Amino acid sequence: MGLFAAQLITGLANAAALFLVASGLSLIFGVTRIVNFAHGSLYMLGAYFGVTLMQMLPGGFGFWGSVLLSGLIVGLIGVVIEICVLRPVYRAPELFQLVATFGVILVIQDLTLMIWGADDQIGPRAPGLKSVVRILGEPIPQYDLALIAITPFILLALWWLITKTRIGILVRAATQDRTMVGALGVNQSWLFTGVFFLGSALAGLGGAIQLPKGGADLLMDLNIISAVFVVVVIGGMGSIPGAFVASVLISVLNVFGVAYLPQSTLVLMYVVMAVVLLIRPYGLLGREEKGGEHGQVGEPDRPIRPAGLVGRSLVAALMVALALIPVFGSNFTQVLLTDIIIFCLFAASLQFMLSTGGLVSFGHAAYFGGGAYAAALLVTHAGTPMELAFLFAPFAAGLLAIIFGWFCIRLSGVYFAMLTLAFSQLVWSAAFQWYDVTGGDDGLVNIWPSEWLSGTTTYYYFTLIVGVGGIILLRHLTHTPLGYALRAGRDSDRQAEATGINVKLVQWTGFAVAGALAGLAGGLFVFSKGSIFPNELEIAKSFDALIVVFLGGVKTLSGGVVGAAFMDGVRDWLTRLEYWRLILGLLIIAVVIIAPNGIVGSLRKGAERLGFYRGEFSE
Amino acid sequence: MKHLKTLMAAATAVLAVAGSAQAQESIKIGDINHYKRLAAFAEPYKKGLDLAVQQINDAGGVLGRPLEVISRDDNGKPGDAVKIAEELMTRDGTVMLTGSILSNVGLAISSLAAEKGYIYLAAEPLADALVWESGNPYTFRLRTSTHVQAAMLAEEAAKTDAVRYATIAPNYAYGTAAVAAFKEILTKLKPDVEFVAEQWPALFKIDAGAEVQALEAAKPDAIYNVTFGTDLQKFVREGSTRGLFEGRKVYGLLTGEPEYLDPLGEESPEGWFVTGYPWYGLEDGPGKKFVDEYMAAYPDETPKVGSIVGYMTIQSIAAALTKAGSTDTPALLAAFEDLQVPNTPMGDIMYRGLDNQSTMGAYVGTTAIKDGKGVMVDWEYKNPVPYMPSDEEIKAKRPAE
Amino acid sequence: MTVVLKVENLSKHFGGLRAVNGVTFDVARGELKALIGPNGAGKSTCFNMLMGQLKPSAGRVSLNGEDITGKPPRDIWRRGVGRTFQITGTYQSMTVAENVQMALISHHRKIFAIRPFAHKLYRDEALALLEIVGMADQADRACAILAYGDLKRLELAIALANNPTLLLMDEPTAGMAPKERERLMQLTADIVRDRNISVLFTEHDMDVVFAHAHHIMVLNRGELIADGTAAEVRNNAQVQEVYLGGGTLYAKEDAHA
Repeated sequence: MGLFAAQLITGLANAAALFLVASGLSLIFGVTRIVNFAHGSLYMLGAYFGVTLMQMLPGGFGFWGSVLLSGLIVGLIGVVIEICVLRPVYRAPELFQLVATFGVILVIQDLTLMIWGADDQIGPRAPGLKSVVRILGEPIPQYDLALIAITPFILLALWWLITKTRIGILVRAATQDRTMVGALGVNQSWLFTGVFFLGSALAGLGGAIQLPKGGADLLMDLNIISAVFVVVVIGGMGSIPGAFVASVLISVLNVFGVAYLPQSTLVLMYVVMAVVLLIRPYGLLGREEKGGEHGQVGEPDRPIRPAGLVGRSLVAALMVALALIPVFGSNFTQVLLTDIIIFCLFAASLQFMLSTGGLVSFGHAAYFGGGAYAAALLVTHAGTPMELAFLFAPFAAGLLAIIFGWFCIRLSGVYFAMLTLAFSQLVWSAAFQWYDVTGGDDGLVNIWPSEWLSGTTTYYYFTLIVGVGGIILLRHLTHTPLGYALRAGRDSDRQAEATGINVKLVQWTGFAVAGALAGLAGGLFVFSKGSIFPNELEIAKSFDALIVVFLGGVKTLSGGVVGAAFMDGVRDWLTRLEYWRLILGLLIIAVVIIAPNGIVGSLRKGAERLGFYRGEFSE
Repeated sequence: MKHLKTLMAAATAVLAVAGSAQAQESIKIGDINHYKRLAAFAEPYKKGLDLAVQQINDAGGVLGRPLEVISRDDNGKPGDAVKIAEELMTRDGTVMLTGSILSNVGLAISSLAAEKGYIYLAAEPLADALVWESGNPYTFRLRTSTHVQAAMLAEEAAKTDAVRYATIAPNYAYGTAAVAAFKEILTKLKPDVEFVAEQWPALFKIDAGAEVQALEAAKPDAIYNVTFGTDLQKFVREGSTRGLFEGRKVYGLLTGEPEYLDPLGEESPEGWFVTGYPWYGLEDGPGKKFVDEYMAAYPDETPKVGSIVGYMTIQSIAAALTKAGSTDTPALLAAFEDLQVPNTPMGDIMYRGLDNQSTMGAYVGTTAIKDGKGVMVDWEYKNPVPYMPSDEEIKAKRPAE
Repeated sequence: MTVVLKVENLSKHFGGLRAVNGVTFDVARGELKALIGPNGAGKSTCFNMLMGQLKPSAGRVSLNGEDITGKPPRDIWRRGVGRTFQITGTYQSMTVAENVQMALISHHRKIFAIRPFAHKLYRDEALALLEIVGMADQADRACAILAYGDLKRLELAIALANNPTLLLMDEPTAGMAPKERERLMQLTADIVRDRNISVLFTEHDMDVVFAHAHHIMVLNRGELIADGTAAEVRNNAQVQEVYLGGGTLYAKEDAHA
């Protein structure tokens, strides 16, 4: 009984920081519809500022003053980010802003390293709250009780702000209908800035307030961000009470998970999220998203046509150039190009479902890594010849996509995205934890191609043929009735259903095709690297693909491929420099601002303006 | 501020290398590490590495040529590391590869090394598989493996009358291997021990309060800790606050390393039996000499385990090059066989022909607090060889060559 | 007279609200029939049940004698019911012709075909349909830049793609200028005549209704209060009562002008 109560208290205390960060993210999403990946970075900054301030300001007053001050500073940093980085791209396609926030993550990571150094900083303890209180015989840290006492006040304050003040009314109005706020005569951009300040300040507070239970380190930004997204989604995006309920739910379940199922620590919250979403598709307290929202912000997509003679000639010329690389280029150029082609195929497979089908997946790495693992497992455990194992990669990934897709296509928008993420985390944790089969994070090694394919040049040609073949296949499919049906379902679900198209079946097929082609890329990957590890299934891998699709141009056909080539090329070159993340981050932000339609989309627009390219939109 | 100094120190080192390199074409070594992803551990390694390079070049280099290390960041991704390894070997003209802290990156490079015939000296990765189950003729490893360090702790644990043990380890390959080795060896030494709880927090995402409660609920006599870094900080703080460590012996793998003990400061745990690196306690010999030289080169720094590993990595490579008398891969490969590396900060070591593992040992001792800092006391240096499995067992584990 | 659509006792209840209550009517082949009623009378709910977007609480809908109650929209469409929406739902990213081709592809069950390219499939048929609605000259324009009236006509062409025996048109002229309204309804009337199909439509513009509909039904608070010719409906006492508050039956409703 005592232990149970103590565990409950621990869970509630853990919920405090999580709730602060999650409510900020939820608020920002609710009003601005921006999926702010940099929210974890703001949390990290809150912790670092907290540590620094607490060293300067002594005593209890200094401690709590530092917490508040950290929130304030981080809030102001949020304002700077909003004005400099996000404001220029509000009119870009939905979710495009997440690319910008990804750039912000990289910049903040390197700046933090520059300013505070690499060493982990242990958090100061709260003066006067250093010991324990005995409750039913169990020791409970005083600071835990303080956190439990503070959280309801913050919830109440937010509730008051949102329901009782004019700002709150505007925020709520904006959450439900953004155009309404403009109609009410409110300056929308300042409302967005205000909300960004509040949301960022909450993240900063969260970072500072957790210091006595932890500290500040350079990995905490990415460590918290997935948990925060899970909380926001379980609670319902945009709902503050939802974020509170979900923080408590996740934190408490986690404590009991640790006690009774210690191995569950990796995957528990994703299982909870998947279950919640399957029962309540919009989270516990969320509202249904208005239909037709994604892919429809900004300019509509344009009609597509298979490449004409000029286009085909250019592609053919590029192919010839690539085929001649082994003659003129160095050995390493082939290695690098092999990497790039694989990434291009992976990105193209995501673009097929994302752009053509309007299905935004946050978990596409599950199929890339899934295919790679499928091949590697056959080689390791069954001694399968490479050729057969390679063919198995797209097959297994497609099968995985069929299974997961069946669940995911029931949802839409951000909730669809988060369910794909939950499934990809399940695959990741299986690879990570099922040590006997997958080798855990020591992975599977010595997965090399057969003798006839083993040379760098041979494998380069193999990748060129299979990779480019896969990309062309995806492009071909985009122009077939299936591709058109996917776009029909994306443009108008209602019209498509009313003209006999089984939209869910079409989307399911699109999902499976995208999964299979990602698996093909995974197959190429594993035999080029000779090994596979769970990091190829990580969220970061999924977002790599997502970001290059947006960076290249989500409303184009070749955006993913161009974005991937650009990103991999730039990254290879930049990692030689010490602060490459800072430069890459700034570069991404610059591209986002200069080319809000993505690289390909903006080039096309430029060409239209100059008259090289005739488009009806230039009328 | 601190950063600026680091940068300047690095710049001086580079200039020094560049200066002497003009004389004759340098011998290039490819180094891959997680300089960004695990900056806290990779930076000391780089400093140790640079120091050794500078000393060797000041003394005239190797084979009459200066050494040059090309360091690249892999962002902690095995796939990227493999690409960079190819680039270093085929474009930059390095003669061999070294580096890595994470076991998975080490294993990925090792697999590539065997396939392409590159020599790879794994500096820090701890996984036993690197030299045993997945071992290959092209991969050598400097640092003492997980198995050996766990065995040193298990030996000490077997001397007490504690029988109920609880373990806590990060939920990934290193953690599981460390727990498995400790359990196996302790059970062999003392068959009546009982493992009453096994806790597996996610790496760097520990829920310390909950883990401490779960451990306490199991009422163990002693605890075996494998957590490190920020997980360790949180675990120690919650454990001390809630009285978990009172009256219990704790065995901490790597806990005594300055990387992990320093940030804890005055909150460092007392009385834990740990493996680590008590540089402050060294009084003479090559170990002390290294500490002095390191602190002279980097006035704001104290040596970490990473520093000594980086330093010994370059010493090992220089020794191999000297013995080989050339930079050819076959000659180097032959040189690494039973290679003797004299006068390292941990004494003379050897790369065993049996499994390509060096005989670098480890310090064990008990933690204490001195001047507000965590230190190891009553420490001793242990030769790893007695803690390794028998030659036959290792031969059975290594794939046939 | 052949009955194409037979609706018996159709009801939809949302909690306590009876949005549609026991509605019974027929639509005959070749008939252009209007369903009118004040705002909130239940017209759209009724339509959505006929087309399968909503499941009825009670009642039965049959098409050419076959029970189609509660079937999904795409199954009802396959049985020969076309539909246009109050707010157009065309495919913004496709050309005008492709919008029609998409419906034709679905009609010919070629959705999962992988050859040939979609923009080549059934293009001539699509152009023929566009010719009927007078949109052939805009066939290759992007749908996203069409004028609203053109979108409405395009939707009509799409609705004709599966050779329907019955067309359901929800507020076909909403948001259009008076001249355009007249043109579209004339077009619809011509189609009914030329192809011998049936049309059931809802409409706010009484001029349009009384000028073109063969028969008119009046829905009020979920119940059908009249079903007859224009003259019969005009003289129906209950209908007059319902509409008196909003002026006469002949005046346009300002709110929708």
